[in-house]
Amino acid sequence: MNAKPIGWLAAASLLFAMADLCAAQKTAKRPPLGLPPAPAMAGNPQTPEKIALGKKLFEDKRFSSTGEVSCSTCHEPAKAFTDSPLKTSEGIRKLTGTRNAPTVINAVYFERQFWDGRSPSLEDQALHPPVNPVEMGLKDHEPILAIVREDPDYARAFKQVFDKSGKEITMTEVTKAIAAFERTVVAGNSPFDRYYFKGDKNALTPAQKRGLQVFVDEGRCVSCHVIEQTQALFMDNRFHNIGVGINAIQQDAPALVSEFIKAKATASEVDVKVLTDKRTSELGRLVVTRRFDDIGSFKTPTLRNIAVTAPYMHDGSLKTLRDVVVHYNNGGVTKEGDPVNDFLSGGIRPLKLTEQQIDDLVAFMESLTSPEFAHLQKALK
Amino acid sequence: MNDHRITRRSFIKRAGAAAAVSAFPLSVVEMAFADPSQRFTFAYISDSHLQYVKGKEFVYNWDRGLIRAVAEANLLTPKPDFVMFGGDLAQLGMKEELDHGAEMLSRLKYKTHCVMGEHDYYLDLGEYWSKLFGPHHYSFDHKGVHFVVLNSILTTDEWTHKRWPTAKQRMLEMAGLDNPNGSPFMVGEKQRDWLRKDLEKVSKTTPVVLFSHSPIQKLYKGWNFWTDDAELVQAMLQPFEKVTVIYGHVHQIQYNQIGNITFQSVMATAWPWPYPETYAQAKHAMPKLTVPMNRADPFFERDATGWQFIDMESGRVVMEYNLYNNTNRVVAYNPATRRPEDRAYQNPAKRIPPQNHF
Repeated sequence: MNAKPIGWLAAASLLFAMADLCAAQKTAKRPPLGLPPAPAMAGNPQTPEKIALGKKLFEDKRFSSTGEVSCSTCHEPAKAFTDSPLKTSEGIRKLTGTRNAPTVINAVYFERQFWDGRSPSLEDQALHPPVNPVEMGLKDHEPILAIVREDPDYARAFKQVFDKSGKEITMTEVTKAIAAFERTVVAGNSPFDRYYFKGDKNALTPAQKRGLQVFVDEGRCVSCHVIEQTQALFMDNRFHNIGVGINAIQQDAPALVSEFIKAKATASEVDVKVLTDKRTSELGRLVVTRRFDDIGSFKTPTLRNIAVTAPYMHDGSLKTLRDVVVHYNNGGVTKEGDPVNDFLSGGIRPLKLTEQQIDDLVAFMESLTSPEFAHLQKALK
Repeated sequence: MNDHRITRRSFIKRAGAAAAVSAFPLSVVEMAFADPSQRFTFAYISDSHLQYVKGKEFVYNWDRGLIRAVAEANLLTPKPDFVMFGGDLAQLGMKEELDHGAEMLSRLKYKTHCVMGEHDYYLDLGEYWSKLFGPHHYSFDHKGVHFVVLNSILTTDEWTHKRWPTAKQRMLEMAGLDNPNGSPFMVGEKQRDWLRKDLEKVSKTTPVVLFSHSPIQKLYKGWNFWTDDAELVQAMLQPFEKVTVIYGHVHQIQYNQIGNITFQSVMATAWPWPYPETYAQAKHAMPKLTVPMNRADPFFERDATGWQFIDMESGRVVMEYNLYNNTNRVVAYNPATRRPEDRAYQNPAKRIPPQNHF
């Protein structure tokens, strides 16, 4: 909100926004242990009916060109809302993109969506996969709108939730409902939360307790995977070059950047390009901001439920949590002794951790699994 | 990478090849004189302070700063006409450090000109630096602009030649920022005579840009943000209509106007001055300083460092500061107020409020 005098219209919409917020607060449950209340979206208040509609849309395979892929294909609830163990996601006709499907769990806490932050909200994010050629493969959003306008169940639900029918239903309503559902997919209350925020000394094993110490101290993990006094999101809503992906295109970076900047791509062209062209994908957030500072940088993911969402990194290139810790311990290279990329973020440097410390860190990350997904972790053991 | 002989040769070879290329389109230079509003760009990297530890080891953080700036400068589109390196390539003037730096600078895809810094100079009085980078002071013309490079970090003969038992101690004494045993920088009579003669050939309407390591103005003597004969040099520059002095050394953004002369500093790739002693988790090689500074985020070691991209617009400098974890800033001469101004932050409403720490 800027400090200019507010006109009548703006004041009215502000009032509506505040009313929305209050409504959302009334319907929102107490957040799980260790998490703040899920941020509300002005103009899209949560209601049980909207959430149910969103879930139905999220799981509908008809919104793809082959009728075989839904949002939940790559964000499968039974797999902690990922497509683990796939390295990069499979869309229509088993086409693969360039990026590992991030979990929907706690995605609501991110200020920007996608690995490179090219989308500002859950609502906006939901617009893109249906029309990406390697994801759901539609030419445009019309087939989705045809279904939700004509299918009697959808027609009834949209009428009830948005008081809209026929041509009044647009992608705005569709994405609002999907986002409303995604806002409910939050999970905390892990052993770590019970130890740290509830004082349950037995919630963590000795190795996990030692791992927490490494996490906040010599491991330097906490600087980006943030733990605060009353909550822990395990992310910083920022983007960093940690030496994944970029190493492979280091030599070609000048040509790739120059080509990209000259092309002056639109947002939807960027969306297609980064998922279909591996080399452009590795430019990271630079394709969004066009700032050198962002070359090869990707969003810090939350570490909650990380033990059940393998493989890791934006390209799924690291199989285990131990591989991840070793990568950081080497100062931003997966194989010790390989050259560090020129654009490495300033926080990444060799850590000189011992084998014991590395094991303890992995043990600590295994303490971040919420009870809802603990069975997945057991199955992996 | 650390074979010093190969390193040196590769830099000289690179520099020679680049010179041949830029010397080729002579007609372009003449056309530029006919049209002084023709724009061109150059990049400015400074104060990398590469520090030798032992064996093949150098201070990691300083290395990363210069490596990143060089790699980013190579990404510039459109390409800059040349790159300036603003001095203090080395920390203690050692051959190992200067070779290491020459090797990194040789990766720049553009012709590179270097300025002498006190950290490059006071071990062997610039002898080895000269072998790598050429004369200590010189001038060149490019597309209608007269560029001058001075060695502004000289001091008295007594301090330089008679006071210290060893060259190494002399270097260490000058390397401390707030060391009372240091001595004020100066351009010196010999170089001032050379400058007078050099500028005599230049028309008063030709834009002049002077590069020095220390500011050719008197900012703060206690830290040698200072050049003792600054007024004498300024007097030679004042008759020119458009004249800009660009300096390193201060590791922070500064700009001001004295008469006709616009002063602008450049950032360091190594660390910001002043620097706090707050981040002691791991051993670091920060020079000791008695004055602390509020630094935004010491975890990100590039924070509060950067490099510059300069647009020569009608003979004036438009300097874009490429700042890490931060918003880039542009400082340019404003003809209306006749002084350099930050394009975004003149308006108090647009200023970034200081961070609160709890």
